[in-house]
Amino acid sequence: MEHNRQRHFLYLALLALGLIAPWLGVYTVYLMTLYCFAIFACAFNLLLGFGGMLSFGHAAFFGLSSYVTGWLVTSQGYSTLSAILGGVVAASLLGLVFGFIAIRRSGIYFAMITMALAQIVYFACLQASFTGGENGLQGVPRGRILGLDLSNDSVMYYVVLLALCAVFLGIQRVIESPFGQVLKAIRENEHRAESLGYFINTHKLIVFVMSASLAGLAGSLKCLVLSFATLSDVLQSTSGEVILMTMLGGAGTLLGPVVGSAVVVTLQNTLADKVGSWVNVIIGGIFVLCVLAFRKGIVGEILAYLKRH
Amino acid sequence: MTELFGFPIPVILGQLLLGLVNGCFYAMLSLGLAVIFGLLGVVNFAHGAFYMLGAYGTWALMNFLGIGYWGALVLSPLCVGLLGITLERTMLKRLAQVDPLYGLLLTFGLSLIAEGFIREAFGASGQTYPVPELLQGALNVGFMILPIYRVWVIVASLMVCMITWFVIERTRLGSTLRAATENPQLVQAFGINVPLMVSLTYAAGVGLAAFAGVLSAPIIQVSPLMGSSLVIVVFAVVVIGGMGSIMGAILSGLMLGVIEGFTKVLYPEASNIVVFVIMAIVLCWRPNGLFGKG
Repeated sequence: MEHNRQRHFLYLALLALGLIAPWLGVYTVYLMTLYCFAIFACAFNLLLGFGGMLSFGHAAFFGLSSYVTGWLVTSQGYSTLSAILGGVVAASLLGLVFGFIAIRRSGIYFAMITMALAQIVYFACLQASFTGGENGLQGVPRGRILGLDLSNDSVMYYVVLLALCAVFLGIQRVIESPFGQVLKAIRENEHRAESLGYFINTHKLIVFVMSASLAGLAGSLKCLVLSFATLSDVLQSTSGEVILMTMLGGAGTLLGPVVGSAVVVTLQNTLADKVGSWVNVIIGGIFVLCVLAFRKGIVGEILAYLKRH
Repeated sequence: MTELFGFPIPVILGQLLLGLVNGCFYAMLSLGLAVIFGLLGVVNFAHGAFYMLGAYGTWALMNFLGIGYWGALVLSPLCVGLLGITLERTMLKRLAQVDPLYGLLLTFGLSLIAEGFIREAFGASGQTYPVPELLQGALNVGFMILPIYRVWVIVASLMVCMITWFVIERTRLGSTLRAATENPQLVQAFGINVPLMVSLTYAAGVGLAAFAGVLSAPIIQVSPLMGSSLVIVVFAVVVIGGMGSIMGAILSGLMLGVIEGFTKVLYPEASNIVVFVIMAIVLCWRPNGLFGKG
């Protein structure tokens, strides 16, 4: 009980920080990018941390949704809200197909299969006409949601913050539900869960589609925030980045992916102009360090420390 | 008859030859992956990076030390193998007791470091490497023109694959290796130095990738990212073949290379994804792969 109260206090403090951040002089576009990746990492964590499945192809959902939203707004004249919905639906359908194929294997095979499937999406986006090929989609207008003018950065900021909070609480709700408990059981011991009478493949597929659609939400919001969708959204390195964010923050913890994405996005933003391609070396180094020295991630290690003391 | 499916036969044969060359690279890389996975339980994501380092090693030996192709064919895999041993001893070894996924993540991180480092040192654009004098030119065999270097790549890689297969499946060393794959504790109890064997196996696997890198140097642009796209295709090949079998890795590598070459003639737009699509179909039909057990 005491522990729960502390946790809620922490969440409220973070929320308050998020609410006042634009007035503290923090660049809002940077924060919005960070929130989009936080949504992406939370979605990924639902699959890895609670479903025990390591997808190496989540950029496919993120990127496809980004493209679909951009395309619906620019060439099809859809409203912003329906374009976001369209992106999410596209990502969920893709997740259904990927999930159907990939859950036939588990562990490292699952990782390799999702990686290969995502590569199909990459090449499809490279060659399809609606994605703009190498150039991507530029100048995607943000439009309006429920009468709010999103081209105003502060308005857009609160919409993205609201989306992050909704995703965060939604995932917490899923994990604490009976469905989430079964998921954890499957993660810990697949055969035992099966012998208890749970349909493990159905559970795996549902969580895969959930994760894919939330990754899609992150992608379409990112497209609106930055006003462009490019090939780098579907690139394999983006799949790698979201793994790093989740692992670094702590897979299987609720707050971990948010912390991890904050660290990685901040690192990329501050280092990109200063050190050039050393950024990749640094990111790779963090990966290695993370795997060798602190596999629980930042939040995971802190929780373990608190438990001991 | 000079046409097949409406395409001139020399064009088809030319693409099939290119496909076979690619298939040889797939075979050598997936062979190394399979051997490493068998003994270490690690899916070596860095395999593409080692392939890239093999090619850069060739280029660097020529440009900085004046050592030519034939020297590089031995030295470059040797250096990469030594690097592999170092990484295995210092890092991968620590992951023996944890989930194999961590091995995949560690090697992913290592390949990011290698690619970033090479890009910073030699630039993002590709380097070119000349075809060695002995293998220049082409053979006219009547129905098509065979570039000698590509024939050499096919012959050399098939030989290396067959030697590896022979060593693993038909020699005393190979049987010890296979025993250690099944039960390392028991093999260790017979007085065999299993950790040393593990290190040498990793070195041999990545050395094989570097050998493929040397072979590829004269026919493709040597660039920092040449391995990272290849390794995903090789993963798909491994999923299709099933990781348990050495011959399965070789055969599926060659087969998929040829299929890819054929697709380039029939429907070029799909040539990049045909391997992945085949993977998806195989998974629906035989989840353990074509040559997989169980």
